[in-house]
Amino acid sequence: MDDTKLNTILDKHHRDPAELLAILMDIQAVENYLPKDDMKQVAKELKIPFSKVYSMATFFATFSLEPRGKHICTVCMGTACHVRGAARLVDQVQRDFEVEAGGTTDDMFLTLETVNCVGACALGPLMIVDGEYHGNMDAGKLDRVLRKLKKQDAKE
Amino acid sequence: MSHPKKGDKVTFKIEGRTYDGRYGDSLLEQLRKHGYEVPSLCYHEAVSPYGSCRLCLVEVKKGKKQKVTTSCNYPVQEGIEVFVNTEKVRRYRKVVLQLHLSKTPKSKAVRDLAAEYGVMETPYEVQEQDKDNDCVLCGLCSRVCDEIVHVSAISFTGRGQNKRMQSPYDETAEACIGCGACVYVCPTDCIGLQESDGIRHIEKWHRDLPLQTCEKCGKQFFPTFMLMEFSKRTGISKDQLNICPACRNSVV
Amino acid sequence: MARIDSVSELEKYRAQLVAHRDPERKAISVCTSGCIAYGADKLVDAFRQGLKARGLDDKVDVKTTGCHGFCERGPLVVIHPGNLFYQRVQPGDVDEILDETIEKGENIDRLMFHLDDGTVMACEDDVPFYKNQKRLLLKDNSSLDPYSIDDYIALGGYGALGKVLAGMKPDEVVTTVKDSGLRGRGGGGFPTGVKWESCRNAPSDDGVRYIICNADEGDPGAFMDRALLEGNPHAVIEGMIIGAFAIGHPGKPQGYVYVRNEYPIAVERLGVALEQAREKGLLGDDILGSGLSFDIRINKGGGAFVCGESTALMASIEGDVGEPRAKHIHTVEAGLWDKPTNLNNVESWANVPLILDRGVEWFTAIGTGDVRGNPWGGSKGTKIFALVGKVNNTGLVEVPMGTTLREIIYDIGGGIKDGKEFKAVQTGGPSGGCLPADKLDLPVDFDELTKVGSMMGSGGMIVMDEDTCMVDVARYFLHFLADESCGKCITCREGLVQLCSIVDRICEGNGKPEDLELLDELSETVSEASLCALGQTAPNPLRSTMKYFREEYEEHINEKKCRGGVCKSLITYSINDKCTGCLICKKKCPQQCISGEKDKLHVIDQSNCIKCGVCMDVCKYDAVDVN
Repeated sequence: MDDTKLNTILDKHHRDPAELLAILMDIQAVENYLPKDDMKQVAKELKIPFSKVYSMATFFATFSLEPRGKHICTVCMGTACHVRGAARLVDQVQRDFEVEAGGTTDDMFLTLETVNCVGACALGPLMIVDGEYHGNMDAGKLDRVLRKLKKQDAKE
Repeated sequence: MSHPKKGDKVTFKIEGRTYDGRYGDSLLEQLRKHGYEVPSLCYHEAVSPYGSCRLCLVEVKKGKKQKVTTSCNYPVQEGIEVFVNTEKVRRYRKVVLQLHLSKTPKSKAVRDLAAEYGVMETPYEVQEQDKDNDCVLCGLCSRVCDEIVHVSAISFTGRGQNKRMQSPYDETAEACIGCGACVYVCPTDCIGLQESDGIRHIEKWHRDLPLQTCEKCGKQFFPTFMLMEFSKRTGISKDQLNICPACRNSVV
Repeated sequence: MARIDSVSELEKYRAQLVAHRDPERKAISVCTSGCIAYGADKLVDAFRQGLKARGLDDKVDVKTTGCHGFCERGPLVVIHPGNLFYQRVQPGDVDEILDETIEKGENIDRLMFHLDDGTVMACEDDVPFYKNQKRLLLKDNSSLDPYSIDDYIALGGYGALGKVLAGMKPDEVVTTVKDSGLRGRGGGGFPTGVKWESCRNAPSDDGVRYIICNADEGDPGAFMDRALLEGNPHAVIEGMIIGAFAIGHPGKPQGYVYVRNEYPIAVERLGVALEQAREKGLLGDDILGSGLSFDIRINKGGGAFVCGESTALMASIEGDVGEPRAKHIHTVEAGLWDKPTNLNNVESWANVPLILDRGVEWFTAIGTGDVRGNPWGGSKGTKIFALVGKVNNTGLVEVPMGTTLREIIYDIGGGIKDGKEFKAVQTGGPSGGCLPADKLDLPVDFDELTKVGSMMGSGGMIVMDEDTCMVDVARYFLHFLADESCGKCITCREGLVQLCSIVDRICEGNGKPEDLELLDELSETVSEASLCALGQTAPNPLRSTMKYFREEYEEHINEKKCRGGVCKSLITYSINDKCTGCLICKKKCPQQCISGEKDKLHVIDQSNCIKCGVCMDVCKYDAVDVN
């Protein structure tokens, strides 16, 4: 991230170390992950230890320290989704894309993530693909959603 | 209702005997001061209590309620009654020691401590030790680094079973001045500090720092980086710090 | 109109709003909370475009509202005036709705709710799902535009605040909340007024007291707070301002809402609502000319369940990782930045304006027990539950405290899906427990649920049927908690890992009879010797399933049998003679281990089957069995 962008984010949060979590979220929103150099820069600008920034980045599940794929597929693992078979959805994506939960395919096409409940429990099992919510999923629907994604990409 | 302040004089009981203390004192310190034996791994009086090893369990009665708690982070309060060796304390401490044995089975310090309380083996699955081997995640090293040395070169990373004590990215801890305070406080001796060929190596933090040669006696003493940091903080000129403490004392 | 400077101006402003509103003006309310997952946003676009095309866009409002509750039938649309209730509305239905209902006033039968006997229920209030509830907090969700403070004010919003500022002393407000018997809706059930009083009385050298709203709704299977923040954010804000006055005035009260990052819509709507409240002078300096100064900031969580624990939440606001600390000195005395801090949950805050507006007698008439002189003496008011899992009518329900589980699950929830047998209901999220059928007549309140080994929790209510394995449920929660443990103390960090490993081996068919004893001993230690509430309550799902469904544990261990058909190592899939030979399962099997020709019975090769269950999922003829 260039200095101007980073400074804009830091200024938005008044360069307040108490806002570290929010600052890191804003960086990730731009970069899709948390680059090491940006984290070092944040530490320097806020005059806090780098170890603290790193500690924060590894504690919260929302952060990724590795670049993530072009598409992000998040499967909800809340209880309601679990009793309706969410684990099978994860298995299916893992099999179809040869990717571990939390990991990214070698071609950077897709990152598979799990989340502990997004609060749309009545529609479980549920997954979010690139910000779009898909409720009442099953093997067939999942297949259709992901095939569409692949097709879309092939076109581009 | 009046609110007590830190340092207010209070009276409390341990095993039925009355003692005086100050509101907010660490109960563990009071217990040890009065000769009660309470085990711990994560406590050191120089830094703030953390409460992670769960070994310093006692039962405290406050008002009508009596419950098991760790004593290190329990602030002494007016009228509390403390029991150090109840059936519950013994039972839970046994399980806590078993958990420590399954987490760090190779640590001599852990094994010795467990044996002291009669726990020789664990019924729980022994965890595969990674290279953090004997670390019990007590956090003393980072608390010392933060609260005493003020460089915060290391920290806890991750959470839950992925929690580790590390330098950022588990790479060279660039902020580490090589003072070795962490090595000194580590209860399981798992950090590893060696000196060879004029270099101080701190294995766990991947830190190698050249040692300063004393201008008087020619012996190597502290890492140069550490002396520069001292100079920066205290205003003492670098030249003055090029002499080892022994030679400096002999000059005085 | 810009800033409102006094309570009388507020009332004048409200009167003007009401006078200018045409009660006959048409409005289409679309749930854009949970229904987003059904594509409700596309529906909104379709309504807006359709209205524009008909030149009706300035005559008919389209409101993007919070959750209406009946998620099962989403996307939900309510048409005003008249509360006409349409369900499962698709963008393709929009033209018809605009032509028939909006323009001609005709109802569309297909989109209305039908009872099993065919009776049509036109209004929201007639539908049994709604009729059997008592919706005090959620009632405005299907008419209120959360982006409009005027909508809230027109419905009487900020009236309770006006009443408080115009005629009450802070102590009187505290007493009112205490007398109402309101208890913490986050799950603990601590009397809210008692907490307020302690915080008000705690010394603060510079007068700063923090007023926090805990919106880190982390319990999986629960979305009550999400619905309130997305549907009626001003009710929460109004509650917090009243709290600031009661607890921190005169002085320097400061507010925070700590909300999950997983709720982007809630964050957005709350942000808009705060901005509007500031513009109107309801936040900031000298609120309504009362001398009260108070503002609220939003802090977003970063995906950590433990941050719902008050001390971890406060550590996170301070800019640290969310590690809890011991609460030997309460946070009402030394909380955020060591200042007196009062933290309440979203639903608790939303109850505050209601109580101040309608009074103690009205509130205490709802619920159980007697709270006169003892705020612990009962459970008053309503409680919102997220009714989910294997139940017919999933959604958000609000009922008076004391309603039985059976009434919630059968009368409102419409019973178990697909005619299956009820097995258990899980309340209280990862800190709660699973209750069996013989507890269905239990009245739901804080104390009753605790007595039987579960807890109220924040309101998740997950219904489980005969196809659920209770050992697997315990395993699910243990893994959830092991994953969410901050890892600070060994009993929680290692204790949960070990509990997981024992339950894992039971699920895999490698359990030993003595494992049950080991689970007992370890879970008691984790409960009693862990540092914070996460660890202390973590064994609850395990302990309650071991108590009420012990036979399932024994079956897994002794007979290597999973009666729910869930534990992969103990089950097999097979195809029965309902198979029509449609080839679908054969095509979808990731292992290609299903053989069979078109129109002939298919067979699964057990040696290659990975028990993924895809065949069962895709079969339209109910021809795949799990044994």
